[in-house]
Amino acid sequence: MKYSPINLGRWLLWGSTAVVFVVAPLVFTSSFALTLLTQMGSFIIFALSYNMLLGQGGMLSFGHAVYSGLGAYIAVHTLNLIGKGAIVFPVTLLPLVGGLAGVAFGVLFGYVTTRRAGTTFALISLGVGEMVFACVLMFPGFFGGEAGVSTNRVVGKPFFGISYGPALQVYYLVAVWCFISMVAMYALTQTPLGRMANAVRDNPERAEFVGYDTQKVRFLQLVLSSFFAGVAGALSCINFEIVSAENVSAIRSGGVLIATFIGGVPFFFGPILGAIVFIFFVAALSGFTKAWLLYLGLFFVLMVLYAPGGLASLVLMQLPVLRAGRWRALALPYAAAATAAALTIAGVIGVVEMVYRLSEQGASTILEVAGLSFDASTTPPWIAFVLILVAGLVALRFATRYFGRKWAEIKAA
Amino acid sequence: MEFFLVQLLNGISYGLLLFMLSSGLTLVFSLMGVLNFAHASFYMLGAYFAFQVSSKIGFWPALVIAPLLVGVIGMGVERFGLRKVHRYGHVAELLFTFGLAYLIDEAVHLVWGRSAVDYRVPPDLDGPLFSIFTSQYPIYRGFMMLVSVAMLVSIWLALTRTRIGLVIQAALTHPQTVEALGHNVPRVFMLVFGGGAALAGLAGVIGGNAFVTEPGMAASVGPIIFVIVVVGGMGSLAGAFVASLLVGCLQTFAISLDWPIFGLKLSQVAPVLPYLLMVLLLIVRPKGLMGTREG
Repeated sequence: MKYSPINLGRWLLWGSTAVVFVVAPLVFTSSFALTLLTQMGSFIIFALSYNMLLGQGGMLSFGHAVYSGLGAYIAVHTLNLIGKGAIVFPVTLLPLVGGLAGVAFGVLFGYVTTRRAGTTFALISLGVGEMVFACVLMFPGFFGGEAGVSTNRVVGKPFFGISYGPALQVYYLVAVWCFISMVAMYALTQTPLGRMANAVRDNPERAEFVGYDTQKVRFLQLVLSSFFAGVAGALSCINFEIVSAENVSAIRSGGVLIATFIGGVPFFFGPILGAIVFIFFVAALSGFTKAWLLYLGLFFVLMVLYAPGGLASLVLMQLPVLRAGRWRALALPYAAAATAAALTIAGVIGVVEMVYRLSEQGASTILEVAGLSFDASTTPPWIAFVLILVAGLVALRFATRYFGRKWAEIKAA
Repeated sequence: MEFFLVQLLNGISYGLLLFMLSSGLTLVFSLMGVLNFAHASFYMLGAYFAFQVSSKIGFWPALVIAPLLVGVIGMGVERFGLRKVHRYGHVAELLFTFGLAYLIDEAVHLVWGRSAVDYRVPPDLDGPLFSIFTSQYPIYRGFMMLVSVAMLVSIWLALTRTRIGLVIQAALTHPQTVEALGHNVPRVFMLVFGGGAALAGLAGVIGGNAFVTEPGMAASVGPIIFVIVVVGGMGSLAGAFVASLLVGCLQTFAISLDWPIFGLKLSQVAPVLPYLLMVLLLIVRPKGLMGTREG
């Protein structure tokens, strides 16, 4: 028997998460914010399901979009059938259809991909992803080709006024599913299968000695993860009312990998942070600059190089300092590092944007930042930005050393 | 017969090009355990550098300069990037090269724009080499084969007949012993990684104008060479060679045939074939054609 008191902290955490879900659209009321929040909700499920593979099972997949994308395709066809009146099914439960479709494809492809682990698994998942993408383009009858399959989510009679016409109702649908999926996926990490997945990740040889079939564990973990990927796919289908080849593409698979890693693979809540940041990059930053993918890639590479535990590890690092009440001692180092980082970022953005202005044919060479405008075809702004960049890098070098010293002092104390 | 011969030659020249790519990938993988996800991006860089250099001083200098440039970039990547993430394990290394592929793709977008550039076959090599029955075989295809075979033979000689080649071979299996004997193994790693990148760059120089030089070229070739590495067996050069020729011929033949399959033409199914080959092979023989390593 295990001594299990009521874990107050856990209840508080999940409770406040639920509150955040309810309150978020009341705080951010603009329609842009609402679409962002809805996208974040479904992407959180997607990223968490991805982390069931990478974080909990040690399987680096380059083709996870296959399961969410095919789940979305099945969901969109189901929705169209409901719309035609061929079948009767509540839209609220449509994610379940997507999830089951995800499971079906997980069983089908997982049998092949999970035969190997490690790097080979990564390559096979990539190959399967490419295969599915090529197939989707090959059968335009079912998949709608490049343009995709569009649908209308407002079908059937409104149920207690819920028709999923207004974006707010869609948000709450996503929020409820997101919360349920989060709880379910967390619960899965506590099951024997979840534990065995960790064991297979850390030491497959030992796991086999204990008597477990590592291939089977990987397979089951992948199938379960495909379920949640399918749920996420169906939700995005309801949200956007269109499913296209992009949903199963390598771009989507790479996106979820980047989001999950940025958030923090070793922690359950890491992918949640990652999904929020990623959607912010995709939806918000892409409106400002066409080089957003470059910034995202740079951010990702820097995280791989300097913070392999992701944002979650950076957040958790602060906790002991806060608990010990020593954050005052770190205020100055943080300020120094932030200034240096800001300088570097300004330099990088300036240079990148100017390169872009020059390379794009027909684009204006005038770059406007914060009310100032520069002409990229002249030399002075180049010199200025390169100087800023160099100064930033030098400052960053000193600032990180200073920060490291202070950090070590506090840790020692 | 005529059709068969022409397609076979095309398939072999494409397969050799694929082998130039997959051999670099395999060498780096078996030496360092790192699967370089950015390998196809180096291929693309080679093509773009060659375009830039050949538009200034001609194709022949570009044939030398572009791969060297890519090699230097590769060495820089190893020295300042991979070596740092090495302590976090192979997944981190793979992720690093994955991020790098993103960065290179985007940098190419930024510098050269989103549409294809006009990188053409040089006039000296433009024209028919010989004719098979009624069809003429272009000189450039022959040149591609010549370059790839010359490159592969010289690599084989370098690996088996030179001192540095022996050190590399030893470092493949016993890096600690090699280090204990006084060789700088990290530098060997850097050289091999740079060499692999340069090889990809060279493939880009000769492949970029035979096909199209555009920002999507890395994304279209990348998965194919990974499939080749899996089909051939991870870390096996001979396996990669067989798989390259197999996939090269498979694709060239399939694209030009329109046998009906399930209401589709074979040429339409062509893009899926390499992946299908991989899936089928994995079901029958999980370690690949000539693989020895278990993942």
